[in-house]
Amino acid sequence: MFKYSFQWNQALKALPQMLDGALVTMQIALLSMAIGLVVAIILTLFRLSGSRLLRGFAVAWVEIARNTPALFQIYMAHFGLGSFGIHLSPFTSLLAGIAFNNAGYLAENFRGALKAIPDTQARAGRSLGMTSLQAFRLIVVPQMLRIAFLPITNQMVWAILMTSLGVTVGMNTDLAGVTQALNARTFRTFEFFALAAVIYYLIAKVVTLAARLIASRLFRY
Amino acid sequence: MFDTSLSWGDIVFLAQGAGMTLAVTAVSVIAGTILGIFCGVIRVQLGPYWSIPLTFVLDIFRSVPLLIQLVLANAFQSIAKLGWPPFTTSCVVLSLYTAAYCTEIVRGGIDAVPLTTRRAGRSLGLSWWQDMRFIVAPLATRVSLPSWIGLTLGVMKDSALVLWLGLIELLRASQILVTRLQEPLFILLICGAIYFLISFPIARLGGYLEKRWSPND
Amino acid sequence: MIEIESVHKSFGKLEVLKGINLTVNKGEVVSIIGGSGSGKSTLLTCINGLEPINSGKIKIDGTEVHAKSTDLNKLRQKIGIVFQQWNAFPHLTVLENVMLAPRKVLGMAKSDAEAIAVKNLTHVGLAEKLSVYPNRMSGGQQQRMAIARALAMSPKYMLFDEVTSALDPMLVGEVLDTLKMLAEEGMTMICVTHEMAFARDVSDRVAFFHQGVMAEIGTPEQLFGAPQNPETQKFLASIR
Ligand SMILES: Nc1ncnc2c1ncn2[C@@H]1O[C@H](COP(=O)(O)OP(=O)(O)OP(=O)(O)O)[C@@H](O)[C@H]1O
Ligand SMILES: [Mg+2]
Repeated sequence: MFKYSFQWNQALKALPQMLDGALVTMQIALLSMAIGLVVAIILTLFRLSGSRLLRGFAVAWVEIARNTPALFQIYMAHFGLGSFGIHLSPFTSLLAGIAFNNAGYLAENFRGALKAIPDTQARAGRSLGMTSLQAFRLIVVPQMLRIAFLPITNQMVWAILMTSLGVTVGMNTDLAGVTQALNARTFRTFEFFALAAVIYYLIAKVVTLAARLIASRLFRY
Repeated sequence: MFDTSLSWGDIVFLAQGAGMTLAVTAVSVIAGTILGIFCGVIRVQLGPYWSIPLTFVLDIFRSVPLLIQLVLANAFQSIAKLGWPPFTTSCVVLSLYTAAYCTEIVRGGIDAVPLTTRRAGRSLGLSWWQDMRFIVAPLATRVSLPSWIGLTLGVMKDSALVLWLGLIELLRASQILVTRLQEPLFILLICGAIYFLISFPIARLGGYLEKRWSPND
Repeated sequence: MIEIESVHKSFGKLEVLKGINLTVNKGEVVSIIGGSGSGKSTLLTCINGLEPINSGKIKIDGTEVHAKSTDLNKLRQKIGIVFQQWNAFPHLTVLENVMLAPRKVLGMAKSDAEAIAVKNLTHVGLAEKLSVYPNRMSGGQQQRMAIARALAMSPKYMLFDEVTSALDPMLVGEVLDTLKMLAEEGMTMICVTHEMAFARDVSDRVAFFHQGVMAEIGTPEQLFGAPQNPETQKFLASIR
């Protein structure tokens, strides 16, 4: 059935190059998560605010992020903004697209987490003389973080997987991009991409495990 | 409002792309769900320990980027001289991808049926199959349906990646028009709106069902 | 001194308090009894300003609670409140639960706050549970922790809202004993309660609430022995 001779050596020789790519992948994922978390917090505050405009803006962001493909969001950054004369590099458009996606999903998670904390908790804090800000910061937010922690780590794994989409807009320094460049030179598609798959898998598992470890340290109740 | 050179033919082209998106999604979700139910029941029957190999394999589909899976599958079918067209390859990969998630949903649904309820069924003399069919399935479906709807929408959105294998689905169709007409924002907005129109109502339905069927109210 | 003068309070169209007058003197223990929905909890949440009122006045040591110029956070430090649902902070240990407000609200040093917390937790019989998380404790223990948490702010007044009614019968006693101890120490308290024996034994005065009105108030002997208002008589007959 297989008239094909696998050449794993060639792929393994490229391993250092691919690991460099994996570093870029992690860098984009972490950056996009950092941006996403900050924006998600802002969107959550917008949603809680009294202003209809701010609430509408936040809802629109969340719904677009959740109801269109991540690849579409990256295309919007890469091609769509061209209509305004803005031409982002593959790196920037990939980062922007993933950060947009992260922010939307995380904001939705935060909203759910907030809803899960009964308002009697904040009230109990208020009755001890805390300001509403204190009650929010000292009582609501820590509990919210625990509820949102698992979704946040899931989103982190998603972000790592999403970075592979950069190759479709010409990204060539992350793991998928490096792999594709090697593939274009050697046509050893299966070997290179199989190796990439293993690296992605290991990264995802390490991140998940690390998150579990952190969670067990952080949340002992 | 827009001064556009988008023609009727182009809109039909986009619609065909959307049709491709829906076709790939439908085939994958149906096949993936059947496989997922099968694997989910096996997982529950074997228990967490004996199903470790199955869990491990399915987990790979959730931990490796879908794009890489598609490329790998395509390379594999060409190496193995299977002669699959891109549509087949795409559907096979997306079905396995769906099945991997669906298995977890099914397992969660079955686990949510209290053991006492199942015992009650069995103690009335129902067979394993009858218990599954008349007690477990209806209850588990209720628990699982919202997540399953979410999964379906996820697959619909992720199906955009099959453009990498050369299938002209909605996003690829838009990209072709963008290249030709040089109106990226306008065309991508139409594309996004189509995705949104397919996804949003179904997502809302899922949210509604989740609220209505949540066990504690 | 807590002075409540013709307080009216509505939730939307529903008038929940219809002109309440009540003065609680220093060192006094007043129990409030009455049917469900008669406005007992609402009155307590109005007293410490968690709820606004529509008209009337509530004064704590002469300071009007609902005046715009009042610093509610400051005022609330004087008034401890414990709810039926104890609202333990699940992310903090028992000790941290009690230390939180003294540190963050009163700005105490960690060691001082800890000393106060330990003292109060010992007082309510939880000295062994300092490093436990609340969800590892029984309802009665959590409720006593909530009492210690309020006491750690050294309040002059304590408000208790049916603090035993979410507890298993077995656990009611330990919490009531804690309240009795506080009463004997001279704490000024308002207790909303369904425990008639407790109201009779501990209170200086007992008030009966009916549909947003304080229908009757008197010493336990008067109110339980010879109730004047027909609604009071009906209520007491119904629970016997
Ligand atoms: N936040 C609120 N919004 C609207 N209505 C409320 C609110 N809080 C209380 N109510 C209503 O006010 C009325 C009085 O409530 P309150 O909780 O003061 O009664 P209660 O005497 O404490 O009763 P219970 O013995 O059941 O605790 C009830 O009809 C209740 O439905
Ligand atoms: Mg009440």
